[in-house]
Amino acid sequence: MNLYARRRVVNWVCLTLSILATLFGLFWLFWLLWTLFRNGVQWIRPQLFVESTPPPGANGGLANAIVGSVILTIVGVGIGAPAGILAGTYLAEFGRTSRLGWIVRFVNDILLSAPSIIIGVFVYGLIVLRVGHFSGWAGAVALALIVLPVVVRTTENMMRLVPDSLREAAAALGAPSWKITIVIVYRSALPGIMTGVLLAMARISGETAPLLFTALNNQFWSTDMSRPFPNLPVVIFQFAMSPYEDWQHLAWAGALLITFTILIINIVARTILRRTKS
Amino acid sequence: MESPEASSTSSEPSTPMHCEVPLRPAAGVPARAAPAGGPKVEIRGLSFFYGKHQALHDIDLDIQDRQITAFIGPSGCGKSTLLRALNRIYELYPGQRATGKIMFGGRNLLERAGDVNRLRSKVGMVFQRPTPFPMSVQDNISFGVQLYERLSRPDMEARVQWALEKAALWDEVKDKLRQDGTALSGGQQQRLCIARAVAVKPDILLLDEPASALDPISTQKIEQLITELKKDYTIAIVTHNMQQAARVSNYTAFMYLGHLVEFGDTKKMFTKPAQQQTEEYITGRFG
Repeated sequence: MNLYARRRVVNWVCLTLSILATLFGLFWLFWLLWTLFRNGVQWIRPQLFVESTPPPGANGGLANAIVGSVILTIVGVGIGAPAGILAGTYLAEFGRTSRLGWIVRFVNDILLSAPSIIIGVFVYGLIVLRVGHFSGWAGAVALALIVLPVVVRTTENMMRLVPDSLREAAAALGAPSWKITIVIVYRSALPGIMTGVLLAMARISGETAPLLFTALNNQFWSTDMSRPFPNLPVVIFQFAMSPYEDWQHLAWAGALLITFTILIINIVARTILRRTKS
Repeated sequence: MESPEASSTSSEPSTPMHCEVPLRPAAGVPARAAPAGGPKVEIRGLSFFYGKHQALHDIDLDIQDRQITAFIGPSGCGKSTLLRALNRIYELYPGQRATGKIMFGGRNLLERAGDVNRLRSKVGMVFQRPTPFPMSVQDNISFGVQLYERLSRPDMEARVQWALEKAALWDEVKDKLRQDGTALSGGQQQRLCIARAVAVKPDILLLDEPASALDPISTQKIEQLITELKKDYTIAIVTHNMQQAARVSNYTAFMYLGHLVEFGDTKKMFTKPAQQQTEEYITGRFG
């Protein structure tokens, strides 16, 4: 009985500590969201989505930056995700025990933890210096390099979760390995892979550092990716640091917009994963 | 080179033409089972390795055409390993290898030259745990068929029905062919897997403890099914259940520590085993 009583006390202590730790994390999150909401919600107006970023003292919106960010994100994911899915497939299905697989996994982990500003500087040297000016393409490539390791990792993990018994069952019917991978393993792992892509998308839609060195910014409406490209994070960075109040208001609105977009993408991604797990 | 498929065009047992195979009697194998339909598969000197660990030692054994051969023995004795050599499924994993000969359709199926996928389409396998693919009941079955046959839609539907009827599952799923296969009950899933294996019309069916994860009623259904399938297929079944081996099989092989201890007619094995060890295992004194 003594042992049982002790176990109950330990259980209570651990549970209490866990709850406190959770509350600690949630406290800051909600404080952050609340601050953004309080300062930003009043500046969310229709013209935000229609007009481009104004010069100081004039009226304007964030339309060019919003559209630019959406394009950069889509192109970044479009370049990074397919490469990541293919590499993850290699690691999970073919390079599981090979030396090359081990090296790819190791390098990928390094890339995963590389500071995003380093990636920005790298793409600056790789593309911006050679081309001679900042461009949307350089920005998209930098974002793709951030997407890549995330997608490689999640794809490999999700495909590994598919039990070998399913692969065996398909092989026992005489299916070649490419067919097993595409028809059986992808089908089982698809929700997980999609979640990884969405999480990577959420990750890059708020990245600022790599864009400072690559896409820079554009005050005007532009969809030409070979020129400096408008995007929300850099606009927020510039406007928030400015002495002009109307710019600061736009920065609050932009920050609110981007945060809740990321929040929504995250919730969608996790819902997909949970629904398929149950 | 003759492909294993060649033997399937006629359902006649393949005539043993390979006289180069030495029929040396292995130690501990007193009697070779009398051929009823003739041997479908002849295993000679089969050894199997997981890396450096040798799991099978020099096995000699015939699997008779359209008969049921049961493999019994305590866990780790190598019965599943033997089964997994017959369709070379072990090749999915690095470090596993088999030596010796497994003659099937006039050639040694262990030879590298053979097309392993084609071999597996001729040697079907059902596993211990049900493994439905994450797709509809219908697609579960047509997946394997599509690999080697081009069928029109009505022909495919007919084949699906035929396979499900063979597996005694048609009545239960005919209204939910488009439902996900993973939504069926455990027993139904396992019969779906049998239907899937039967649908590609293999010559041989390998059943690796097909009923061990199932309740008694499902087990009974599967056993009836196995007896039924014997008419058309050569069946090799691994089981931990003595009664099951005695009930369904024509021949029984008792294995222990990677050796084939005794092989013969099931009735004789379960009434008058030649080896002391076999008797002790069957009567539950060890294993």
